[in-house]
Amino acid sequence: MDAFLDILWILIKIVAIVLPLMLCVAYYTLAERKVISYMQVRIGPNRVGPRGSLQPIADAVKLMFKEIILPTNANKTLFILAPMLSIGPALAAWAVFPFSEDLVLADINAGLLYLLALTSVGVYGVIIAGWASNSKYAFLSAIRCGAQIVAYEIAMGFALVVVLIAAGSLNLGDIVQAQAGSWGFLNWFWIPLLPIFVIYFVSGVAETNRAPFDVAEGESEIVAGFHVEYSGMTFAVFFLAEYANMILISALTAIMFMGGWLSPFHGIPLLGTLFDLVPGFIWLLLKTLVVAFLFLWFRATFPRYRYDQIMRLGWKVFIPITIVWIVLAGFFVAV
Amino acid sequence: MPEIRNYTLNFGPQHPSAHGVLRLVLEMDGEVIERSDPHIGLLHRGTEKLAETKPYNQSIPYMDRLDYVSMMQNEHAYVRAVEKLLGIEAPIRAQYIRTMFDEITRILNHMMWLGTHALDIGAMTVFLYCFREREDLMDCYEAVSGARMHAAYYRVGGVYRDLPDEMPRFKPSNLQRDKAELDRLNENRQGSLLDFLEDFTNRFPGLVDEYETLLTDNRIWKQRTVGIGVVSPERAKALGFSGPMLRGSGVAWDLRKKQPYAAYDKVDFDIPVGQNGDCYDRYLVRIEEIRQSNRIIRQCVDWLRDNPGPVIIEDHKIAPPKRAAMKSDMEGLIHHFKLFSEGYCTPPGEVYSAVEASKGEFGVYIISDGANKPYRLKLRAPGFPHLMAMDEMAKGHMLADVVALIGTMDIVFGEIDR
Repeated sequence: MDAFLDILWILIKIVAIVLPLMLCVAYYTLAERKVISYMQVRIGPNRVGPRGSLQPIADAVKLMFKEIILPTNANKTLFILAPMLSIGPALAAWAVFPFSEDLVLADINAGLLYLLALTSVGVYGVIIAGWASNSKYAFLSAIRCGAQIVAYEIAMGFALVVVLIAAGSLNLGDIVQAQAGSWGFLNWFWIPLLPIFVIYFVSGVAETNRAPFDVAEGESEIVAGFHVEYSGMTFAVFFLAEYANMILISALTAIMFMGGWLSPFHGIPLLGTLFDLVPGFIWLLLKTLVVAFLFLWFRATFPRYRYDQIMRLGWKVFIPITIVWIVLAGFFVAV
Repeated sequence: MPEIRNYTLNFGPQHPSAHGVLRLVLEMDGEVIERSDPHIGLLHRGTEKLAETKPYNQSIPYMDRLDYVSMMQNEHAYVRAVEKLLGIEAPIRAQYIRTMFDEITRILNHMMWLGTHALDIGAMTVFLYCFREREDLMDCYEAVSGARMHAAYYRVGGVYRDLPDEMPRFKPSNLQRDKAELDRLNENRQGSLLDFLEDFTNRFPGLVDEYETLLTDNRIWKQRTVGIGVVSPERAKALGFSGPMLRGSGVAWDLRKKQPYAAYDKVDFDIPVGQNGDCYDRYLVRIEEIRQSNRIIRQCVDWLRDNPGPVIIEDHKIAPPKRAAMKSDMEGLIHHFKLFSEGYCTPPGEVYSAVEASKGEFGVYIISDGANKPYRLKLRAPGFPHLMAMDEMAKGHMLADVVALIGTMDIVFGEIDR
């Protein structure tokens, strides 16, 4: 009975995380359309609800009622399995995410490792989708995506190693606490680890297949890439996974380099005491939003990389820099 | 062991960057293109044959629909061919109007090219910026001809009518209820068409700078275009390239300078030339052409303001009489009736006339047997030889570069399939 109650309690907690997350994803899509349209001198969605605020709901309803088309020569099982494989890890990763000092579903010691593992598993959804569709465009996309994720996973992993050396812990909560100090935002890791901060974020953009690294989707080359054959809810699930991953990367960037739930003004006279009253969760949310905005800004501004150029950037630039920084960070910590 | 074969990818005709209805059969080794085979003809409408069945004037609107993003330039090539056949010359004011609208068309075309080329390479914002400016120029088309795109404004012997003294303004509608917003939109439309164009030429260079900040020095843009699709000057000539594709390879050939027509010998402009013959050079050449077009438009605006005059020849065997004359004068009525039923007959013979259209040399070849319609009409579309070079340019590049190449060729299927 106790075990049952425990499981029930955990389930309730999971729902309490996933539901708001799904809502965030829905409104992130609206934010994307609005932000990009204002950057492109147009208005964006403004028909459904006041100023288009119900657009994501309308989109969701539309996608739910659309037929899921199974291509004749597709591998049916894998075809249906792929979107699930894609969204599963994207949601599961949030289990170790500390929303504030003591608000975390699973406070495990190897939080960072767990995150790395799950974000890597997400790529299988894309590869399997590309293979199962039995379409040449989807297949090309699967190959591109596989190669790209491997390259950037390494850069990202090394970047995280630097963070864990600096923080001395794999636990996300401890990583945030390691950034606390009396200088407010000057204490955070983004200053001592500036190159790693940039590399981590850019790898994150590449990892989530977003512009300018969206070769897996590459609309103008391979039409829609791995989800070219998907329709209705199966497509929506890929979409949800992509946006959930974007929010996750934004939130992780905030946690690991921008002090998580810490107030940026802590320790500064007057301002510090005033802003310390703001709950930590609000700070985390604000920081996440800033990073999430960057994703949209990139998409409106940059042309798309070519596939081999992405590889070059990953293998020849990012990975060597991170390795050098691991050595440097290790040296400083040892001394 | 099974035989290893190359991968064949069917690119288009339903593809976001097929620029209409291009179908490419790509033979690929992984992502690398081994052979590309363009298939055309999906937009064939038989323009050349249709022109054989109609009096000369009635074929002008077909010309708009050939290269449907540089409409008036196609008309220009056609009416010049017929004028050459008839041995007539349009009045000087008409020549300046044609020059001005040819250059407006060039900006329209290059804006469309820049937007779609950037969109193909992934920079989606430039696309919408370009369309904002296209809108203003299409309003100029509309002001003189009543149509935003397929104008049918040029006539044999001149242009349909003189430039309007009043630029059409936005009227209140359900979308523009706000008075202040409406006033802002109409701010530069208070005067004549020429005033509007003058205002446009003043602000346009700044807008081109804006596009350039997004692309010209952008590292990703450079990585995607520098060294892609290199064509040497010799090969460019051998392949029959013309326009920016030829000039991008470093050959300073421009019909506006080499065989001046209309008022091009009376205006001052430069011909930009590339060095390496890659996509980036062709991009720079076109951007500079946009700026030069702006200069030409400005000179034409100034000239047209000071020099009123007829815009179509007075010979009513070729150009229709004034409506008042048609109503009151017997001869006018006869001319009008003959012109709109039978048209005019040309002396027998063969002519070729070409203009420097936005994409290159657009030529019209007419064989006349002395009837009121051409015996045979042949169109020389600049895009056709460019597309033929697809295989040569794409070989050894990657799939994403094919998209950049389609963009840099500025392909429009209206003229290729005719």
